[in-house]
Amino acid sequence: MFMQEPMLEVQNVTMKFGSLIANEDVSFSVHKGEIVSLIGPNGAGKTTLFNCITGFYRPYAGRIYFQGRDITGRPPHEITAMGLTRTFQIVKPLKEMTVKENVLTGAFLRASSRKEAEKIAEEVLEMTSLSGKKDMPAGSLTIADKKRLEIARALATGPKMVMLDEAMAGLNQTEIKEAMELCLNLKNRGITLLIVEHIMEAIMPISDRVVVLNAGKKIADASPEEVTSNEEVIKAYLGERYHAKSKKSEHGV
Amino acid sequence: MNVKNFRIDTLYGILIVILLLPFMNSNINFRHVMVIFLIFAGLGEAWNIITGFAGQTSFGHAAFFGIGAYTSTILFYKFGISPWIGMLAGAVLATVISVIVSYPCFRLKGHYFAIATLAVAEIIKQLFISWDYVEGATGISIPIVEESVTSMQFHSSKIPYFLIAYVLFLITTMTARYIENNKMGFYLKAIRESHEAAEALGIDTTRYKLYAMMVSAALTATFGTLYAQYILYIDPFMVFTLEVSMKIVLLSVLGGLGNIYGPIIGAAILIPLSEYTRVYLGGTGKGIDLMIFGALIIFVACFEPNGILGLLKKKRSRRRGDVYARADA
Ligand SMILES: Nc1ncnc2c1ncn2[C@@H]1O[C@H](COP(=O)(O)OP(=O)(O)OP(=O)(O)O)[C@@H](O)[C@H]1O
Ligand SMILES: [Mg+2]
Repeated sequence: MFMQEPMLEVQNVTMKFGSLIANEDVSFSVHKGEIVSLIGPNGAGKTTLFNCITGFYRPYAGRIYFQGRDITGRPPHEITAMGLTRTFQIVKPLKEMTVKENVLTGAFLRASSRKEAEKIAEEVLEMTSLSGKKDMPAGSLTIADKKRLEIARALATGPKMVMLDEAMAGLNQTEIKEAMELCLNLKNRGITLLIVEHIMEAIMPISDRVVVLNAGKKIADASPEEVTSNEEVIKAYLGERYHAKSKKSEHGV
Repeated sequence: MNVKNFRIDTLYGILIVILLLPFMNSNINFRHVMVIFLIFAGLGEAWNIITGFAGQTSFGHAAFFGIGAYTSTILFYKFGISPWIGMLAGAVLATVISVIVSYPCFRLKGHYFAIATLAVAEIIKQLFISWDYVEGATGISIPIVEESVTSMQFHSSKIPYFLIAYVLFLITTMTARYIENNKMGFYLKAIRESHEAAEALGIDTTRYKLYAMMVSAALTATFGTLYAQYILYIDPFMVFTLEVSMKIVLLSVLGGLGNIYGPIIGAAILIPLSEYTRVYLGGTGKGIDLMIFGALIIFVACFEPNGILGLLKKKRSRRRGDVYARADA
């Protein structure tokens, strides 16, 4: 077994908002083809870390590498163009455009013609079960479908790696099952995933590795089995949650 | 497929009707109104690219209009250069200035951007008022020469002006339509809907906003040249004025933002209103057109913020409503 260069490497990232330290010296890496989950209590700094990685924030300290290239502080569109894209926890549908137009917009990144973009969009809509709603204005979708659209749009950009920020929040049991299958399907297609999620039943079975953040700091980075039996993780986060099964998913976040 | 064909046919139908109108009514006032209508519908189309598609509200498009008017006029007045070359030069100059001006302004978000465009246009106006080389506030009367295509002056009929306006309007509308149906249009609308989502989709938002502004400025300037040749006199208060910027904004908003039909509908209402009140009421009627128009806008805004087109669309989508319901089930 030889060590492959990581797909994504986060090195000692610190992010501050004034005196608030949202991420403190966080390091971890994600390898090609892996599904890695990033978990932690509300306010642990997961979304902030996503924003640092994808160029929406410039980290206060530390460096981020994607496929060996330093992407620290690069604008988000360049990072997406390199093949790393994300979805938003607070969904950002292009409201006045239809579902299909939303996806088409993403597809234009790799397509050289409208026709080719249409083809990519159709495929992605099919994969995310949005085909039946493709002519609806994105603003009129239910929250669950808006979450789906976030994923669809990200996939349309033809990414090597996708970062999902609570893409399953607000979904019902069946929809969560579908989302889990979609993740595994993407993994089979060779797409690397980094997933932020509070629904443990959904991510533990599909994750290769779990990184845990608490109050901005990384407190664990191991297999799902190891993480769920880690004392510190249970104390900080899992204790109240993992057994509170289906409740969570009904409430959404 | 059917919907698309229908839309293309509608546009071509409108274009053919517009082209025929002045040949069916030879009244000189009517032909004058048609020329001004085409100029403003075209200005609305050009403005729509940056504001309707890309969502960057410009209250300063008079600046590009004025630059187009002044560039060709100065080149002809001082050096005898054909206004056609002047028109091209004006478009190039407006493009360059649009980049210089909007690059820093794009850092401003929402209303601040709109206010900045207004301020920049006013600064440019003041500059021209105090600039002796371009005759300052006095303005320039374009020397009358024999009528010809090269001199872009026609004294015996308004038809040649109408045809030139028509061609410029056609180029502008087709450019807007091409943009709307291709990558750039999708990118601009994504920027309008959400900067962050656009960036996450790999869109260089600053670059695309600049492209939109450049195209918009260039097209706007060409109408400035035509306007100067049509009136044969320009001064800063005529071309750089806020009234021009506002007319463009108002007619596009009334017709419907972000759609190529919007400015055509808006101009078809505002321009006849403006020009006929001017013809029949003279100086005393000044401003009445904008008052009536303002009332219309308030009326439309109360019921349908997407303009007259929004009203029409709503009617249609209500009929499609049941289809959506089925897709949901
Ligand atoms: N733009 C910002 N300005 C100031 N403080 C911020 C900003 N964004 C996040 N924070 C703060 O940083 C901390 C981490 O927030 P973040 O959104 O990253 O948490 P999270 O782990 O994603 O939480 P959740 O699970 O609720 O989504 C919180 O205390 C939050 O209030
Ligand atoms: Mg979050």
